[in-house]
Amino acid sequence: MPTNGHEIVRLENAWKVYQMGTEDVKALRGVNIMFEKGDFWAIMGPSGSGKSTMMNVLGCLDRLSDGAYYLDGKDVSQLDDDALSELRLRYLGFIFQSFNLIPQLTVQRNIELPLYYLGWDAARSAERAKELAEQVGLGDRLSHRPTELSGGQMQRVAIARALTNDPQVIFADEPTGNLDSATGVQIMDILVKLNKLGKTIVMVTHEPDIAAYAHRRLHMIDGNIDRIEEGEHRTLTAPSAGHASPPDGSRRAETFVAPGEDVTHATRKA
Amino acid sequence: MRQARIVRNIGLGVENLLLHKLRSFLTMLGVVFGVGSVVAMLSVGEGASKHALEQIRKLGSNNIILTSMKSAEEEQASTTHSHMSMYGLTYEDHRRLSESFKNIKETAPAKVMRKDASLRERAMELRVVGATPAWFHLVPRELIAGRVILQGDQDKQSPVAVLTEFGARKLLATEGTIGQTLRIGGSQFEVIGIIQSESGQAGNIQIPDQDIDVYIPLEVSQRYFGDIFAKRTAGTDEREKVELHQIIVQVDDPKNAESVGAGIERMLGMFHKKKDYAVSVPLALLKQAEATKRTFNIVLGSIAGISLLVGGIGIMNIMLASVTERTREIGIRRALGAKRKQIIMQFLIETVVLSTTGGLIGLGIGILIPALIRYFSGMPTVITMNGVLLPLFVSMAIGIVFGIYPAMNAAQVDPIIALRHE
Repeated sequence: MPTNGHEIVRLENAWKVYQMGTEDVKALRGVNIMFEKGDFWAIMGPSGSGKSTMMNVLGCLDRLSDGAYYLDGKDVSQLDDDALSELRLRYLGFIFQSFNLIPQLTVQRNIELPLYYLGWDAARSAERAKELAEQVGLGDRLSHRPTELSGGQMQRVAIARALTNDPQVIFADEPTGNLDSATGVQIMDILVKLNKLGKTIVMVTHEPDIAAYAHRRLHMIDGNIDRIEEGEHRTLTAPSAGHASPPDGSRRAETFVAPGEDVTHATRKA
Repeated sequence: MRQARIVRNIGLGVENLLLHKLRSFLTMLGVVFGVGSVVAMLSVGEGASKHALEQIRKLGSNNIILTSMKSAEEEQASTTHSHMSMYGLTYEDHRRLSESFKNIKETAPAKVMRKDASLRERAMELRVVGATPAWFHLVPRELIAGRVILQGDQDKQSPVAVLTEFGARKLLATEGTIGQTLRIGGSQFEVIGIIQSESGQAGNIQIPDQDIDVYIPLEVSQRYFGDIFAKRTAGTDEREKVELHQIIVQVDDPKNAESVGAGIERMLGMFHKKKDYAVSVPLALLKQAEATKRTFNIVLGSIAGISLLVGGIGIMNIMLASVTERTREIGIRRALGAKRKQIIMQFLIETVVLSTTGGLIGLGIGILIPALIRYFSGMPTVITMNGVLLPLFVSMAIGIVFGIYPAMNAAQVDPIIALRHE
């Protein structure tokens, strides 16, 4: 398959059909789309338009009924459950509307979670968790439990967790849906910064205000693409910041970026 | 590295269980009781059987015990009035025994009778045994004071008496009694010693010196009291002629005990018209007791198995509930990249930690209870290595067996659905 080198995600004639009782529900009807590295996409659409299904498929949580999904140039549509788990673990980060932190675990343990499955030892995991918590401004909350935090703080913990494995793509499902607008703006700030640092972000939202932070907006209707809007409606920093710019070392000094360490490489050592 | 990972997994499992202390504790209670009762029962059972085995061993593993017994026909006949029953081992049997078997080292014949006795002003009926010096070799008991019956007493037919602890207690005799005169059935005997006595039952045979109060030389008892004993029971006047009530035979080697026992049985069979004797070989009893013990252990084991099964089901039940309750957590872990087998491991480890902890607590209880029993009732209890390791191992296995199904359930959680449910 031809790729232009910047491509990170591509769907080809993607179909997803669910069985609902005796009826077939066609959640995706032959979607074709390509996202480039470093892009910031918002997927929009009314409920039932297939945006959640799209998100699940792109996030390797769900498999297509038909068609192909290329992640970073590799066809992943035929992979089994274990292989998809491995992909999520190494290449993807997730942020959810309801934060989805494990309430019994401390902030530190929550952030460490992906590292645990990557096989990092306790000391290094703790160090990494601390670093990330500091980056999202929660360095002093490591031993708190999620229930002791505000919504915005919880979402920041979730962002820190999504960053632990230094993911290629961050999927954000209504990241501000459970937050008041001021806190929502803070969270979007963080996502925009992450994007500036080179992270590809795919966000599902139905709020136009929030979608406005993205470079491109994919509007879905009835399981297919309705239209694509380009350009940033609103930016916090210079509008010219290239969405396609690949992550390069010069930006690594800023926050919200994993340290120079290559996660996959590190795991192999461990 | 791998080891460190296992330790860490166990640590996380413990951490998780500690989040619900009460629930975890209640969950493991079944296993606690199961293991506790198994360990305690095994220990008490082991103690009891060890006690029995010891008793049998006290009879001597190279001893054979012959006892006179009223045969069934005789028993019937004796119900008619003024009948004299004649039965049991004879002096002739004793002589033949010592001559016919080269493997027999020593024999100790004995007569047992009840006689009125008195020491100073204290008078009562005693169980008197006429025995030879050999008796004291074959049923060795510690001497409290004085001496036992010796060959010289036998030869001279001296009227001497050795009290047992029991007899001494009945007669209020002390060390100072030695040298005093004891009247037995109208004859005078000199008390020459006091020996310790053993009580208890060894399998189905009595310990030879059970309930014996006083020993006198066999020949003396024969000469003084004869072979005919009057027994007064419920109005009938019953008389018995018994020459020897018991013969203890010692063989040269325990290996020969059973074969000599069988030989004696055959020989007695030839000379006795009726079966008015019993031959018991402690070694055979010992083997039998050991077989009984095995059966006992199997029964105990099954009871234990059932209680542990119930404990295991309890754990499984709670783990299933826990999986449902933690659906969201499982969904999160799966979404972040946990593989199914990692979820399985997580829940399995939690279950094994639960059941093993339960097993350890149960073990503590199971060791404590027999200790208390021993302390308060003096009943012997024994903790064996198997009695400890087996329940512990089983409790661990229970964790795996009953944990696998809930863990598999957990692994089947679909992250998409799990994350959707609030």
